[in-house]
Formats: sequence, structure tokens, C-alpha cells
Amino acid sequence: MRPLRVREMPVLRVVGRALVPLILLFGLYVQFHGDFGPGGGFQAGVIFAAGLIVYALIFGLEALQQVVPPILTERLMAAGVLLYGSVGVLAMFLGGEFLDYSALDPLTAGHHGQHLGIVVIELGVGIAVAATMMRVYYAFVSRYLDAAPATGAPGGGAAGGGAGNPAGEAP
Amino acid sequence: MPPIELLLLLLLLATAGVVARLHDLFAAAMLTGIVSLLAAGLFVLMDAVDVAFTEAAVGAGIGTVLILGALSLTSRREKPGRMRLLPLVIVAATGATLIYGTWDMPAYGDGDAVMHNYLAPELIAQTAEKIHIPNIVTAILASFRGYDTLGEVVVIFTAGVGVALLLGGLDRRRRKEEP
Repeated sequence: MRPLRVREMPVLRVVGRALVPLILLFGLYVQFHGDFGPGGGFQAGVIFAAGLIVYALIFGLEALQQVVPPILTERLMAAGVLLYGSVGVLAMFLGGEFLDYSALDPLTAGHHGQHLGIVVIELGVGIAVAATMMRVYYAFVSRYLDAAPATGAPGGGAAGGGAGNPAGEAP
Repeated sequence: MPPIELLLLLLLLATAGVVARLHDLFAAAMLTGIVSLLAAGLFVLMDAVDVAFTEAAVGAGIGTVLILGALSLTSRREKPGRMRLLPLVIVAATGATLIYGTWDMPAYGDGDAVMHNYLAPELIAQTAEKIHIPNIVTAILASFRGYDTLGEVVVIFTAGVGVALLLGGLDRRRRKEEP
């Protein structure tokens, strides 16, 4: 009997199906609750990316790439940094200094402006971090699949089809 | 030292020792994740929840996945080789220097330490006054130190671009379908 592929293991599939949405939800919670509890954009971005990568490990790379196309990760990497920077520039246009969020809301002496600015730049951080992690993961996986053509064994004697397979695919 | 911290610290040392001795790189990668998790536990006990959070998410989570990804490109077992003296001496000297450096640090939990008296009270007071959010760490990172955090995000972005340029990975489908 040949060993089961990762995608055929029922326990992994059931647990993954239940766990991945929770991981993504927790990532969003960490993202948007960062100004009240521990957390913030960095942690949220990493958690979100880890959830998506777990999805790819269990259900295969193609399933993930339908949700997050590789080109999207590159665009989001830049978009996150741009979102952060544009908050700073917007503050300058509204009469403050670069990244002075108080200027975003001149009516209430800056209280809401600070809060708004922090939420938006944390979102930029989260998007940039999550997209970068996904991009790095895609880069590794593509090398693995390049090294392991459809018929042959993976290059370098890697643990093909086992837990060392980052694409969740049988080579 | 409270028993739980001592236990975590001993586990940390034991795991790190095993990682150094293992030749099975897959097991070493998983144990590296456990090292991060134990470190995160220690950070929680020191009331540094934000640091613990980052350590758990980055070190135990995504770091392990990326090490496994790198591992799939190479061999699963380390080539047996004889122990070399020079790296051991360098590592021991670096470790000794770092431990020597901790002698000048204030005692753990010392309220008179410089870092608790220099900028910290000011920032804590200003967070309540100006920023109006409960998490002081976030207020410092995102607002008082907004420039630094922007720089960090640019560093992460640059790292991602560097990996993308070195390893590629976008046009795999296209290359496969064309021929």
C-alpha cells in the first residue's frame, strides 16, 4: 500500500478546514484590536499569512493560488508600504508634519486623528507583512516544484510528498 | 527564580542543545520552532506580551514554515563531518561576551533602572494625553516612533523584493504551459 498523500489524510483535512478560518479570523482580530490589546500589524500579518500557508500545505498550492494569485502578493507588498507612507503625506497636506496623525482630524484637537492614523498605518503594516510572507513562501515553493518535475523525484533527496513538502503536493 | 520560569529555561536549554546535536534537519527545524515557543512563554512571564506574540507568530509559526520550505530544496540530513574547533571557539567567545555584557544590565524588575526613568514616564503620560488608546506599546510604535516603523516596513518590503529577485517564482505556470 502506498503512503497517503498529505491531501488525502482525513484528519488533516477536517482539522484544517475547521482551523484555517479561525486562524484568519484571529489574524484580523489581532490586526484591528492592536490599539487595545497586544498585537498589531506585524503579528497580524504573520498570523494571516501563516493561516493561508497552512491552507496550502493541506489543500495544495493550486487551491491557495486561486484565492491569492502570486502576482497579487507583489502588488500588496507595495500597496501596504504606500498606504503607510500616504497617511504621512496626507497629514502634511492637512497642515501637519509627516506622519503627524493629529492633523488628520483638526476638529477634535487630534484625538480621533491619532486613532484613525494608527489604525490605517497598522493596516498598511499588516498588508505589507502578510504579502511579503506569502511572496517568500511562493518563491520557495516554486523552486521546489522546479526542482521536482512531474515524473521524477525531488532534487537533492528531499523528503518528497512527506511533511517536508512545502507545496502540499505530491511531486 | 519561580519554578515555572526555571522549568521553561531548562526546557529551552535542553531543546537548543538537542538542535545543535541533531543531524536530522527536519527534526531540527521543528525543534527550532519549539525553542521559539518556549522563548515566547518566558516573555509572557516577563509581562512582555507584545514581544511574546511576535516571537510566537514569527519564530514558531512562519519561521518554521520557511525553514521547512528551504529544507525541501536541500538534503534532509546533515552530512556527517568532524567537529571543527574554530567555529566552536568563535561561538563560545561570542556567547561569553554577551553574558559579560549582561553584568552591566540593571537587575530584572528594578524600578530605578535608567530605561524606566528616562523617556518612559513621559511617553506613558503623553499616550493618555495625546493618543487616547490604551495600548502604550502600539502608541509608541505607530505614533511616537512612526518613522521607525515606516522604516521597518520598508525593510520587510525590501527583503521580500530581494527574495523575489533571487528565487523568482511568479512565472512558473507560464513556463510550464508554454512548451
